[in-house]
Amino acid sequence: MGVEEFVPDGILTTTVEKVVNWARRSSIWPATFGLACCAIEMMATSASRYDLARFGAEVFRASPRQADLMIVAGRVSKKMAPVLRRVYDQMPEPKWVISMGACASCGGEFNDYAIVQGVDTVVPVDVYVPGCPPRPEALIYGIMKLQEKIDRQRLKPAVTAAAPTEGPSIA
Amino acid sequence: MSSTATSPSAAASGAPGAPGPTPEFNTITINMGPQHPSTHGVLRLIIELDGEIVVSIRPVMGYLHTGMEKIMESKTYTKSLTVTDRMDYMSPLGNNMAYVGAVEKILGIDVPERAKTLRIILLELTRISSHLVWLGTHAIDLGAMSVFLYCFREREKLLDVNDMVAGSRMTPSYFRVGGFYQDVPDTFVPYVRKFIGEFPKALAEYQNLLTKNRIWMHRTIGVGIITAEQAISLGCTGPTLRGSGVRYDVRKANPYLGYEAYDFEVPLGKSSDVYDRYLVRIEEMKQSLRIIRQALDRLRPGSVRSDYPYLFPAKREDVKSGMEELIYHFKIMSEGFRVPAGDAYFCIESPKGELGFYVVADGGPKPYRVRVRPPSFIHLMSLETMAVGRLVSDLVACIGSIDIVLGEVDR
Repeated sequence: MGVEEFVPDGILTTTVEKVVNWARRSSIWPATFGLACCAIEMMATSASRYDLARFGAEVFRASPRQADLMIVAGRVSKKMAPVLRRVYDQMPEPKWVISMGACASCGGEFNDYAIVQGVDTVVPVDVYVPGCPPRPEALIYGIMKLQEKIDRQRLKPAVTAAAPTEGPSIA
Repeated sequence: MSSTATSPSAAASGAPGAPGPTPEFNTITINMGPQHPSTHGVLRLIIELDGEIVVSIRPVMGYLHTGMEKIMESKTYTKSLTVTDRMDYMSPLGNNMAYVGAVEKILGIDVPERAKTLRIILLELTRISSHLVWLGTHAIDLGAMSVFLYCFREREKLLDVNDMVAGSRMTPSYFRVGGFYQDVPDTFVPYVRKFIGEFPKALAEYQNLLTKNRIWMHRTIGVGIITAEQAISLGCTGPTLRGSGVRYDVRKANPYLGYEAYDFEVPLGKSSDVYDRYLVRIEEMKQSLRIIRQALDRLRPGSVRSDYPYLFPAKREDVKSGMEELIYHFKIMSEGFRVPAGDAYFCIESPKGELGFYVVADGGPKPYRVRVRPPSFIHLMSLETMAVGRLVSDLVACIGSIDIVLGEVDR
């Protein structure tokens, strides 16, 4: 019961690109980068009821060097922005960013002197998840959208375009 | 290591970044946070270490500074309420209560009995939900992973209550100045009754996992001691103070919402350590269940809105037929209600400690100034007393035991 049903002779033909993308999207390891309220919903997503492990993304790594995904969960203050960028820079390639919640995506209800109006001014964002805070279902949907995006990635960038060609998708 | 911490204060008193007087022994200064799994958010600690012994701690704050007090000045009284949810996001309704309590105090209004009872039920449910996050993260910091999963299982049920009454899991903004905008749905009371029936079993499960667990006891007993005198002089409140055996609970000392009519104990610790603070919070959850049970029995049908004029929107049907109501609807939706000039401080027993809101009104529709007394901020200052002279791993236990929320510290 399982993969042997489809590959009776033990041989499967595919492309390297597909295998690599499959491996990458099935084991997204997020960095533990909780900032504010959204971080608690992020924890709830990885906990009992919502069980992010079903999507292979439950291994929250405390060290950014072991992480593939940064979920910016919460408002980013101007004091935090350089730290956020540094954590992002420490993550090895390939890496992705989910902007979780209204504050991270656009400043949310805090349009003032202290809060960065959208984390996409600091790091490139792949998926925006709306909500204040987004429900765990929304975050899971965002991760699924990211998986779709990873599935479409090319191993070698196209000759004409520079590295990440795709624009952000909105979950 | 034979060298002793002779002059920790000399090194600690230097300006951030500037090298202090050279100590006689070799210490290293390390940076813990702001991205660290056991700092409960974005707390940054600059720790001076002698080997593995903590010599001094300097908390660096402001990584989550949002300017909330300032932004409330530019929002109407009702809109400001949504900002309070995002301060201590573990107990949003507690913050709602402290804020609306202060505004109600300026207005000089009393909310109806049903609204008071409902508020007590919701506040105590929030207390349990906040303590569950604390227990889960505290346990995960000390290496007990499964407790976290069990705690969040129960917490989901409490978030469902928020979802049921307000349509939002974590930031409900359900309280209003003068009561509630609308009553709870019919499913509320049976759901809460079911929850308080089930919860003692879950609580026993957590205690089964931790209370007599040898690793847990070794990591927490005798760790992070803060004596009653020290706790009082540092301004600690809540379980951090009660863990040191001081009987101070705002619900008893300065009752609000009619807490004086409820029968409940204030659990106290004896040995002032991390373990006792744990026991105090576990016992508090049991007492919260007692309060909820009594409140559910007292819940009577009735209005949940104060009859003070101009606080709530007009009835929808009236808005569609009457000119006066339409004008009033437009006024209250665009400008909000006005609060007469005055100021008030209102404090509640939040899950973390004494949470106070000081609101100054100038007669307009927006608060002139809002100042928060956040328990987490004050408890953070007790960290040095607790952890200096102990191992780094004990510091992690101490941070967990004071139950800080950086959203509230930095605001």
